[in-house]
Amino acid sequence: MTNPSLFKNSSWLSAIILVVLAAVSQAQEPLVFTSPEQEARFNQLTTELRCLVCQNQNLADSDAPLAHDLRVEIYNMMMAGQDNEQIKSFLVNRYGDFVLYRPAMQGNTLALWLLPGILLGLGAVVLFFIIRSRNRRLANQQEQGSS
Amino acid sequence: MIGRLLPIALFLALGLLLAAGLKIADHKTEIPSPLIGKPMPDFTLPVLGQEDLMISSEDLLGKPFLLNVWASWCPTCRYEHPVITGLAESGALRVIGLNYRDEAEDAQQWLQRFGDPYEFSLADLSGRTGIDFGVYAAPESFLIDAEGIIVFKQIGAVTEEVIRQEILPRIRQ
Repeated sequence: MTNPSLFKNSSWLSAIILVVLAAVSQAQEPLVFTSPEQEARFNQLTTELRCLVCQNQNLADSDAPLAHDLRVEIYNMMMAGQDNEQIKSFLVNRYGDFVLYRPAMQGNTLALWLLPGILLGLGAVVLFFIIRSRNRRLANQQEQGSS
Repeated sequence: MIGRLLPIALFLALGLLLAAGLKIADHKTEIPSPLIGKPMPDFTLPVLGQEDLMISSEDLLGKPFLLNVWASWCPTCRYEHPVITGLAESGALRVIGLNYRDEAEDAQQWLQRFGDPYEFSLADLSGRTGIDFGVYAAPESFLIDAEGIIVFKQIGAVTEEVIRQEILPRIRQ
Protein backbone atom coordinates (compact mmCIF):
# COMPACT_ATOMS: atom_id res chain seq x y z
CA MET A 1 0.00 0.00 0.00
CA THR A 2 1.33 3.45 -0.85
CA ASN A 3 1.86 5.99 1.81
CA PRO A 4 -0.55 8.84 0.99
CA SER A 5 1.62 11.58 2.51
CA LEU A 6 4.67 10.42 0.54
CA PHE A 7 2.61 10.38 -2.64
CA LYS A 8 1.44 13.89 -1.98
CA ASN A 9 4.98 15.10 -1.35
CA SER A 10 6.41 13.57 -4.48
CA SER A 11 3.69 15.09 -6.66
CA TRP A 12 4.52 18.47 -5.18
CA LEU A 13 8.17 17.85 -5.84
CA SER A 14 7.63 16.89 -9.45
CA ALA A 15 5.43 19.96 -9.97
CA ILE A 16 8.26 22.16 -8.66
CA ILE A 17 10.80 20.38 -10.84
CA LEU A 18 8.58 20.90 -13.89
CA VAL A 19 8.23 24.62 -13.20
CA VAL A 20 11.99 25.00 -12.74
CA LEU A 21 12.69 23.02 -15.92
CA ALA A 22 10.22 25.13 -17.88
CA ALA A 23 11.92 28.31 -16.68
CA VAL A 24 15.40 26.99 -17.46
CA SER A 25 14.45 25.82 -20.92
CA GLN A 26 12.86 29.14 -21.84
CA ALA A 27 15.70 30.15 -24.11
CA GLN A 28 17.20 26.71 -24.68
CA GLU A 29 16.26 23.55 -26.41
CA PRO A 30 14.02 21.60 -26.07
CA LEU A 31 11.75 24.53 -26.68
CA VAL A 32 8.48 24.71 -24.79
CA PHE A 33 5.37 25.60 -26.74
CA THR A 34 2.08 26.79 -25.33
CA SER A 35 -0.06 24.97 -27.91
CA PRO A 36 0.28 22.15 -30.46
CA GLU A 37 -0.60 24.63 -33.23
CA GLN A 38 2.33 26.80 -32.21
CA GLU A 39 4.67 23.81 -32.22
CA ALA A 40 3.39 22.74 -35.65
CA ARG A 41 3.97 26.27 -36.95
CA PHE A 42 7.52 26.27 -35.56
CA ASN A 43 8.27 22.87 -37.11
CA GLN A 44 6.83 23.93 -40.46
CA LEU A 45 8.86 27.14 -40.45
CA THR A 46 12.17 25.55 -39.51
CA THR A 47 11.84 22.84 -42.17
CA GLU A 48 11.42 25.58 -44.79
CA LEU A 49 14.59 27.36 -43.74
CA ARG A 50 18.08 26.28 -44.68
CA CYS A 51 20.89 25.69 -42.25
CA LEU A 52 23.71 27.96 -43.45
CA VAL A 53 26.48 25.75 -42.07
CA CYS A 54 25.45 22.39 -43.52
CA GLN A 55 23.72 23.69 -46.56
CA ASN A 56 21.79 20.62 -47.55
CA GLN A 57 20.00 20.44 -44.23
CA ASN A 58 17.15 22.52 -42.93
CA LEU A 59 17.18 24.36 -39.62
CA ALA A 60 14.91 21.78 -37.99
CA ASP A 61 17.28 18.87 -38.66
CA SER A 62 20.68 20.46 -38.21
CA ASP A 63 22.89 19.98 -35.17
CA ALA A 64 25.14 22.90 -36.07
CA PRO A 65 25.54 25.47 -33.27
CA LEU A 66 24.33 28.26 -35.55
CA ALA A 67 21.19 26.26 -36.40
CA HIS A 68 20.55 25.94 -32.66
CA ASP A 69 20.97 29.71 -32.21
CA LEU A 70 18.65 30.43 -35.11
CA ARG A 71 15.99 28.04 -33.81
CA VAL A 72 16.08 29.82 -30.46
CA GLU A 73 15.95 33.17 -32.27
CA ILE A 74 12.92 32.04 -34.31
CA TYR A 75 11.27 30.70 -31.15
CA ASN A 76 11.78 34.02 -29.38
CA MET A 77 10.38 35.95 -32.35
CA MET A 78 7.32 33.68 -32.40
CA MET A 79 6.82 34.23 -28.68
CA ALA A 80 7.07 37.97 -29.29
CA GLY A 81 4.13 37.65 -31.67
CA GLN A 82 5.93 38.04 -35.01
CA ASP A 83 4.36 36.35 -38.02
CA ASN A 84 6.09 33.97 -40.45
CA GLU A 85 6.79 36.71 -42.99
CA GLN A 86 8.53 38.87 -40.39
CA ILE A 87 10.63 35.93 -39.23
CA LYS A 88 11.59 34.98 -42.79
CA SER A 89 12.52 38.52 -43.72
CA PHE A 90 14.65 38.75 -40.55
CA LEU A 91 16.68 35.83 -41.89
CA VAL A 92 16.66 36.93 -45.55
CA ASN A 93 17.95 40.39 -44.52
CA ARG A 94 20.96 38.75 -42.88
CA TYR A 95 21.64 35.63 -44.93
CA GLY A 96 19.96 36.35 -48.29
CA ASP A 97 17.32 34.41 -50.24
CA PHE A 98 19.47 31.33 -49.88
CA VAL A 99 17.97 30.56 -46.44
CA LEU A 100 14.58 29.95 -48.03
CA TYR A 101 14.11 26.40 -49.26
CA ARG A 102 11.07 27.63 -51.16
CA PRO A 103 12.39 30.67 -53.05
CA ALA A 104 10.09 33.67 -53.34
CA MET A 105 8.62 34.45 -56.78
CA GLN A 106 10.55 37.54 -57.85
CA GLY A 107 12.61 38.87 -60.76
CA ASN A 108 15.69 36.69 -60.37
CA THR A 109 13.77 33.50 -59.58
CA LEU A 110 11.19 33.85 -62.36
CA ALA A 111 12.99 31.36 -64.64
CA LEU A 112 13.07 28.85 -61.78
CA TRP A 113 9.31 29.07 -61.34
CA LEU A 114 8.19 29.37 -64.97
CA LEU A 115 10.70 27.24 -66.91
CA PRO A 116 9.29 23.82 -65.90
CA GLY A 117 5.81 24.85 -67.08
CA ILE A 118 7.17 26.34 -70.31
CA LEU A 119 9.23 23.22 -71.07
CA LEU A 120 6.23 20.99 -70.35
CA GLY A 121 4.08 23.09 -72.71
CA LEU A 122 6.80 22.99 -75.37
CA GLY A 123 6.99 19.22 -75.08
CA ALA A 124 3.21 18.94 -75.44
CA VAL A 125 3.28 21.09 -78.62
CA VAL A 126 6.10 19.01 -80.15
CA LEU A 127 4.26 15.80 -79.26
CA PHE A 128 1.08 17.15 -80.83
CA PHE A 129 2.81 17.89 -84.16
CA ILE A 130 4.63 14.55 -84.22
CA ILE A 131 1.40 12.63 -83.61
CA ARG A 132 -0.49 14.69 -86.17
CA SER A 133 2.09 14.19 -88.94
CA ARG A 134 2.27 10.46 -88.15
CA ASN A 135 -1.50 10.16 -88.35
CA ARG A 136 -1.54 11.96 -91.70
CA ARG A 137 1.17 9.70 -93.08
CA LEU A 138 -0.71 6.63 -91.94
CA ALA A 139 -3.94 7.98 -93.44
CA ASN A 140 -2.13 8.67 -96.75
CA GLN A 141 -0.65 5.18 -96.83
CA GLN A 142 -4.08 3.65 -96.17
CA GLU A 143 -5.61 5.75 -98.93
CA GLN A 144 -2.89 4.68 -101.39
CA GLY A 145 -3.26 1.06 -100.26
CA SER A 146 -7.04 1.05 -100.79
CA SER A 147 -7.01 2.89 -104.14
CA MET B 1 16.31 20.61 -92.13
CA ILE B 2 14.92 22.37 -89.05
CA GLY B 3 13.84 18.99 -87.72
CA ARG B 4 17.47 17.84 -87.83
CA LEU B 5 18.97 20.97 -86.33
CA LEU B 6 16.50 21.19 -83.46
CA PRO B 7 17.92 18.30 -81.39
CA ILE B 8 21.44 19.69 -81.83
CA ALA B 9 20.31 23.17 -80.79
CA LEU B 10 18.53 21.70 -77.76
CA PHE B 11 21.63 19.72 -76.85
CA LEU B 12 23.80 22.83 -77.06
CA ALA B 13 21.33 24.77 -74.93
CA LEU B 14 21.41 22.04 -72.28
CA GLY B 15 25.20 22.05 -72.42
CA LEU B 16 25.27 25.79 -71.80
CA LEU B 17 22.89 25.37 -68.87
CA LEU B 18 25.20 22.74 -67.37
CA ALA B 19 28.26 24.96 -67.86
CA ALA B 20 26.48 27.88 -66.16
CA GLY B 21 25.40 25.58 -63.32
CA LEU B 22 28.93 24.29 -62.79
CA LYS B 23 30.27 27.81 -62.68
CA ILE B 24 27.76 28.72 -59.97
CA ALA B 25 28.47 25.46 -58.11
CA ASP B 26 32.13 26.49 -57.80
CA HIS B 27 31.10 29.18 -55.34
CA LYS B 28 28.12 27.38 -53.93
CA THR B 29 29.28 27.25 -50.33
CA GLU B 30 29.83 31.01 -50.31
CA ILE B 31 26.54 32.71 -49.70
CA PRO B 32 26.58 36.26 -51.07
CA SER B 33 25.80 38.64 -48.24
CA PRO B 34 22.74 40.86 -48.62
CA LEU B 35 24.49 43.33 -46.30
CA ILE B 36 26.99 44.61 -48.89
CA GLY B 37 26.32 48.30 -49.48
CA LYS B 38 24.26 48.57 -46.31
CA PRO B 39 25.15 50.05 -42.93
CA MET B 40 26.60 47.59 -40.45
CA PRO B 41 24.05 46.38 -37.89
CA ASP B 42 23.81 48.20 -34.56
CA PHE B 43 25.51 46.53 -31.65
CA THR B 44 26.98 47.22 -28.26
CA LEU B 45 29.51 44.65 -27.12
CA PRO B 46 32.11 44.36 -24.36
CA VAL B 47 35.77 44.31 -25.29
CA LEU B 48 37.45 40.93 -24.84
CA GLY B 49 39.59 41.05 -21.69
CA GLN B 50 38.04 44.35 -20.50
CA GLU B 51 34.48 43.24 -19.94
CA ASP B 52 33.39 46.56 -18.40
CA LEU B 53 34.40 48.48 -21.54
CA MET B 54 31.48 48.56 -23.96
CA ILE B 55 31.90 49.53 -27.62
CA SER B 56 28.99 50.31 -29.89
CA SER B 57 28.83 50.30 -33.68
CA GLU B 58 28.67 54.12 -33.63
CA ASP B 59 31.98 54.31 -31.77
CA LEU B 60 33.67 52.69 -34.78
CA LEU B 61 32.68 55.31 -37.37
CA GLY B 62 35.21 57.73 -38.84
CA LYS B 63 37.84 55.46 -40.36
CA PRO B 64 37.51 52.33 -42.47
CA PHE B 65 38.23 49.10 -40.64
CA LEU B 66 38.31 45.37 -41.14
CA LEU B 67 36.07 43.45 -38.76
CA ASN B 68 37.61 39.99 -38.57
CA VAL B 69 35.30 37.32 -37.13
CA TRP B 70 37.42 34.77 -35.29
CA ALA B 71 37.23 32.12 -32.59
CA SER B 72 39.68 29.95 -30.71
CA TRP B 73 37.86 26.82 -31.94
CA CYS B 74 38.33 27.79 -35.58
CA PRO B 75 41.28 26.14 -37.37
CA THR B 76 41.07 28.38 -40.43
CA CYS B 77 41.41 31.41 -38.12
CA ARG B 78 44.84 30.12 -37.15
CA TYR B 79 45.66 29.64 -40.80
CA GLU B 80 44.78 33.25 -41.68
CA HIS B 81 46.25 34.65 -38.46
CA PRO B 82 49.67 35.60 -39.95
CA VAL B 83 47.95 37.38 -42.84
CA ILE B 84 45.68 39.34 -40.50
CA THR B 85 48.72 40.16 -38.37
CA GLY B 86 50.61 41.39 -41.44
CA LEU B 87 47.69 43.58 -42.48
CA ALA B 88 47.37 45.07 -39.00
CA GLU B 89 51.12 45.74 -38.79
CA SER B 90 51.16 47.40 -42.21
CA GLY B 91 48.91 50.10 -40.74
CA ALA B 92 46.80 50.21 -43.92
CA LEU B 93 43.61 50.18 -41.88
CA ARG B 94 42.23 49.42 -38.43
CA VAL B 95 41.83 45.72 -37.76
CA ILE B 96 39.21 44.90 -35.15
CA GLY B 97 38.29 41.39 -34.03
CA LEU B 98 34.86 39.97 -33.41
CA ASN B 99 35.36 37.02 -31.12
CA TYR B 100 32.46 34.85 -32.17
CA ARG B 101 30.72 32.16 -30.09
CA ASP B 102 33.76 31.58 -27.95
CA GLU B 103 34.75 31.26 -24.29
CA ALA B 104 36.49 34.42 -23.07
CA GLU B 105 39.25 32.40 -21.40
CA ASP B 106 39.95 30.24 -24.47
CA ALA B 107 39.96 33.33 -26.66
CA GLN B 108 42.47 35.17 -24.49
CA GLN B 109 44.74 32.13 -24.34
CA TRP B 110 44.58 31.87 -28.12
CA LEU B 111 45.68 35.50 -28.48
CA GLN B 112 48.50 35.00 -25.97
CA ARG B 113 49.72 31.95 -27.80
CA PHE B 114 49.55 33.20 -31.38
CA GLY B 115 49.77 36.96 -30.86
CA ASP B 116 47.08 39.62 -30.80
CA PRO B 117 46.92 41.57 -34.09
CA TYR B 118 43.70 43.37 -33.19
CA GLU B 119 43.28 46.92 -31.98
CA PHE B 120 40.76 45.15 -29.73
CA SER B 121 38.33 42.27 -30.05
CA LEU B 122 34.63 42.61 -29.42
CA ALA B 123 33.31 39.71 -27.36
CA ASP B 124 30.26 38.24 -29.06
CA LEU B 125 30.17 35.17 -26.85
CA SER B 126 26.53 34.36 -27.60
CA GLY B 127 26.90 34.87 -31.36
CA ARG B 128 23.88 37.20 -31.43
CA THR B 129 25.76 40.05 -33.13
CA GLY B 130 27.16 37.44 -35.52
CA ILE B 131 23.61 36.63 -36.58
CA ASP B 132 22.97 40.33 -37.31
CA PHE B 133 26.08 40.33 -39.49
CA GLY B 134 24.91 37.17 -41.26
CA VAL B 135 27.93 35.22 -40.00
CA TYR B 136 27.55 31.51 -40.62
CA ALA B 137 31.10 30.31 -40.22
CA ALA B 138 34.40 31.66 -38.97
CA PRO B 139 36.55 33.18 -40.22
CA GLU B 140 34.63 35.89 -42.00
CA SER B 141 35.81 39.45 -42.51
CA PHE B 142 33.84 42.61 -43.19
CA LEU B 143 35.40 45.70 -44.71
CA ILE B 144 33.50 48.66 -43.29
CA ASP B 145 34.06 52.18 -44.56
CA ALA B 146 34.31 55.43 -42.57
CA GLU B 147 30.53 55.92 -42.77
CA GLY B 148 29.88 52.44 -41.39
CA ILE B 149 28.81 50.90 -44.71
CA ILE B 150 29.79 47.27 -45.33
CA VAL B 151 31.66 47.42 -48.65
CA PHE B 152 33.11 43.91 -48.85
CA LYS B 153 32.79 40.57 -47.14
CA GLN B 154 35.34 37.78 -47.24
CA ILE B 155 34.00 34.34 -46.34
CA GLY B 156 36.81 32.07 -45.22
CA ALA B 157 40.44 32.98 -44.76
CA VAL B 158 41.77 36.39 -45.80
CA THR B 159 44.80 35.84 -48.02
CA GLU B 160 47.48 38.18 -49.37
CA GLU B 161 45.64 38.07 -52.67
CA VAL B 162 42.35 39.12 -51.07
CA ILE B 163 44.12 42.02 -49.35
CA ARG B 164 45.76 43.14 -52.61
CA GLN B 165 42.79 42.69 -54.90
CA GLU B 166 39.74 43.30 -52.74
CA ILE B 167 40.60 45.17 -49.55
CA LEU B 168 43.30 47.72 -50.41
CA PRO B 169 41.64 49.02 -53.63
CA ARG B 170 38.44 49.66 -51.68
CA ILE B 171 40.04 51.77 -48.96
CA ARG B 172 42.09 53.91 -51.37
CA GLN B 173 38.98 55.23 -53.09
